[in-house]
Amino acid sequence: MEALMAVAVGALVACGVYLLLRARTYPVILGIMLLGYGVNLFLVGMGRVGAGAAPILTEGTSDYVDPLPHALVLTAIVIGFGMAAFIVVLALRTRIATDTDHVDGEEVL
Amino acid sequence: MTLFLTVLLPFLAVLPPLLVRRHGDQRSRLAGLCAIPTAAALALVVAAARDVFAGAVPQASVAWIPSLGLHATLRMDGYAWVFACLVLGIGLLILLYARYYLSAREDLPRFFSAIMLFMGSMLGLVLAGNIILLVVFWELTSLSSFLLIGYWRHDEDARAGARMALIVTGVGGLALLGGVLLLGAIAGSHELSAVLAAAGSVQQHPLYVPMLVLVLLGAFTKSAQFPFHFWLPRAMAAPTPVSAYLHSATMVKAGVFLLGRLHPVLSGTPEWFYIVSITGMATLLLGAYRAMFAHDLKGLLAFSTVSHLGLITLLFGFSSPLGAVAAVFHIMNHATFKASLFMAAGIIDHETGTRDMRILNGLWRHMPYTTALAVLAAAAMAGVPLLNGFLSKEMFFAESLFIAEMRGLRPIEPVLAVVAGIFSVAYSLRFIRIFFRGSGTGMPRAPQEPPRFMRIPVEVLVLVVVLVGILPGLVIGPSLAIGARAVLGGDLPYYHLTMWHGLNLPLLMSVIALAGGTLLFLVRRKLYAVYGRVHPPVTIEAGYQGVARAASAGAAWLTGTLDNGSLQRYVLLLVGMALLAGAVPVIGRFSAGALPRTPVDAVTVAGTLMLVTAAVATAALHRHRLVALIAISAVGVIVSAGFVRLAAPDLALTQLLVEIVTILLVLLALDYLPRRSPPDTRAASRVRDIGIAAAAGAGVAALAWGVLTRPADSISRYFIEQSKPAGGGTNIVNVILVDFRGFDTLGEIAVLGIAALGVVLLLSGVDLTASRQHGEVARDRAPLFLTMITRALLPFALLFALFLLLRGHNLPGGGFIAGLMAAVALILHYVASGTHWTESRLRLRYRPLIAIGLLTALATGLGALAFGHPFLSATFTYVDLPGFGEIELATALVFDVGVFLTVVGAVMLMLSRLGEPVPESPADAAFPTEAAAWKP
Repeated sequence: MEALMAVAVGALVACGVYLLLRARTYPVILGIMLLGYGVNLFLVGMGRVGAGAAPILTEGTSDYVDPLPHALVLTAIVIGFGMAAFIVVLALRTRIATDTDHVDGEEVL
Repeated sequence: MTLFLTVLLPFLAVLPPLLVRRHGDQRSRLAGLCAIPTAAALALVVAAARDVFAGAVPQASVAWIPSLGLHATLRMDGYAWVFACLVLGIGLLILLYARYYLSAREDLPRFFSAIMLFMGSMLGLVLAGNIILLVVFWELTSLSSFLLIGYWRHDEDARAGARMALIVTGVGGLALLGGVLLLGAIAGSHELSAVLAAAGSVQQHPLYVPMLVLVLLGAFTKSAQFPFHFWLPRAMAAPTPVSAYLHSATMVKAGVFLLGRLHPVLSGTPEWFYIVSITGMATLLLGAYRAMFAHDLKGLLAFSTVSHLGLITLLFGFSSPLGAVAAVFHIMNHATFKASLFMAAGIIDHETGTRDMRILNGLWRHMPYTTALAVLAAAAMAGVPLLNGFLSKEMFFAESLFIAEMRGLRPIEPVLAVVAGIFSVAYSLRFIRIFFRGSGTGMPRAPQEPPRFMRIPVEVLVLVVVLVGILPGLVIGPSLAIGARAVLGGDLPYYHLTMWHGLNLPLLMSVIALAGGTLLFLVRRKLYAVYGRVHPPVTIEAGYQGVARAASAGAAWLTGTLDNGSLQRYVLLLVGMALLAGAVPVIGRFSAGALPRTPVDAVTVAGTLMLVTAAVATAALHRHRLVALIAISAVGVIVSAGFVRLAAPDLALTQLLVEIVTILLVLLALDYLPRRSPPDTRAASRVRDIGIAAAAGAGVAALAWGVLTRPADSISRYFIEQSKPAGGGTNIVNVILVDFRGFDTLGEIAVLGIAALGVVLLLSGVDLTASRQHGEVARDRAPLFLTMITRALLPFALLFALFLLLRGHNLPGGGFIAGLMAAVALILHYVASGTHWTESRLRLRYRPLIAIGLLTALATGLGALAFGHPFLSATFTYVDLPGFGEIELATALVFDVGVFLTVVGAVMLMLSRLGEPVPESPADAAFPTEAAAWKP
């Protein structure tokens, strides 16, 4: 399970970084989103992935998963959306201002 | 506390000059404004004289950084008292002088503001009772002197001189900071009184020499000691009042002040003796030699200042009791005669329009009174009897004999001392010569006596020069005694302050210096010819310039190379550096932890495989934009499922809802972006990027693996235990969000609101429709079935959102999830029925909604304050409603309502702004969307 988690996080980060290094705004946006998924999974993993009940207090249960990373990641997801929306609009605005969707604002090969 | 007031007073006059009305002749107003606090501070210092002379050391202290044991301490022993008098007394005279020197057309507020800043810093420096505080004031003097030297900022020389002074003294200040930190660490305290008492342990310490070198670097750069002397003559580009102040009583004296200040703890070792005395001797000779050949009046005085500073350094270097006494004495004497000489030079410059000694002539015919004053001061500089310079110079001669005798070597010191004396007599005669040679014509302006009040400062100073020269024991004796006693940190040696010591060896040396100097003056023309030939082509200043140029060029090259304007490249560098920084500490030391592995089930394996496939597909197909979007939405859905698997229901719900709005957002944006990405990177860089990405992924995976296989130590036990009793809820994640960590959540929803407003701002004034990429807009409406269903569904969807909100405290749900749910329901409506139809009926304005949400959350927090609890403390109670049973009322719920409103507002604001309708054709403009939507 731990290995699977690590593989998933690593794959998301690798694909995110690759897209981040592209020259067009759209893949960069996708890259940031992928990185976001990777980081969120990583953070949740910080509470470890062993057995444990969902952090809703129930009678007769004492072994819960760590709720703290959940609280962190919950807001991170929502903020991630705000961030994605912002960079999407930034990309649009750049496109309108420079007439290209190249991140450097001009067509370079 | 009087001490704090004393130091504060000059600073009080830093801002007011800048606020004075800027019309008419402000000079008197400004000078007066600055003189009042200066005089007040001087009065406070003089009033403290009784205590200080009685041997008391007034001290005041406030906690500065108590956790580091740092206190802002001010301390006034005799040495500090003498300096405080010099700084404030001469400062007062300088203000009066500047009032007449500067033209009414100059930017006067800036001048007076800067000079008060400098005065305050200098006063703080001499009164500092904590060596770190001393460094703080030290740096302040460097900064404020930069402003003063570069005051005439239209003048390239002034700017260059100011820069040079700042760089040289700034580098020295950095060294001094290092030295002081070391000294404090060795002595065990940064309090000056403790440091001064720790001489034994400091000098035994293995770090004594590095610490000494650092401290001396600070002192030598500040006091323009060889080889850092070159900045001082360049600083002469400053207005003369500034030169008179900085180069007589202050700035450059800060370095020798420090030598005296730390004399008790640092001096007495061979290292101190050789470094300080050799530097001082070199500076003494070099300055005197260069002064001999300067043609600029202020240049001569500048090199003479370098020389006299060297003399004082040399005296401190002797580390003998009498040497220290002579050093303190010469500090006072030099301050008075050099300040008056600079002022006289300023008057001459002012009246004749030139400072070139080859042009100046016959001034005594036009300004006899100024001539008398300047000649007296110059004679003091030469060491002529009956003037104060003679006395300290004789002490110096006597001490050089003593040191030579003690070392039992050939009399190097006395001979060099006499050589320096000869030069100083010769250059003083050159200065005096301009008054008497020639007929007083041929200068840019016909000189006349300056205004009455411009001479007063010179008169006062020359009076001191003469009085000290004739009646030293009476006039200066007590002050010298307390100053020197503080430097020696103990008893004074025997010395007799008097004009006449009888016929002895020092007197003979003085006579040789006077005679030799006169002779040298007479044959100076031959020397000029020699000087022209032997003057080294490569000077230290040229070396400094070379280093400065190379540093600038290097910085420009580095900036140009890294900062080439390509964001793509910046990201590459950033990721590369992050990779490097992350990898270096781990490489070769990585290991898995010992935590027992959790068993794997088939579904999880399949899910992970799907996740990896979808992520790789996104990356591989990113040029097919719509396909890539589908792939990344698959990633999002699988991550949501992954959260379910990881027992995080709240996360799964949030991720799923966010996924919907994100994909919609990107879909809307795609309309304005090119449909496909043209190939834009070379195959080689793609391979390189794949390598970097793979390394980054592998690194993070290894990190995750390393952490996941080690036991966790979490603070969450507290949250789990307290969730119900303290937070009143069973959904621990929600209780953390709205109660335990409510402040964080408040910050986060504020960020969300700001992001939404940012989106609106970025798009304001932009006609999005003009940049649509895909030509004709599809006019076909959403299927009637969808339209009808969503309209019927909306109330239920909103009700469900409300349900999620209310139950959130105990079961998965809460403000974030409910807000997203409501937003999705509304968006569905936009999609199915069109923007016009939706907005004309809903009349929801999203910007106010964000504000209301944030204010609601804030009000909950402030409400707690009103009841005397810390900000955002939550409380709850149970109410028994007949028929409903017991229900819980929690303030956290109100907070969560704020979260809910903000989330709805922010999400809707962003999406609705991006999804604004295409303007309809005029034909169906009346009820455009509705009509279209209802048409079967």
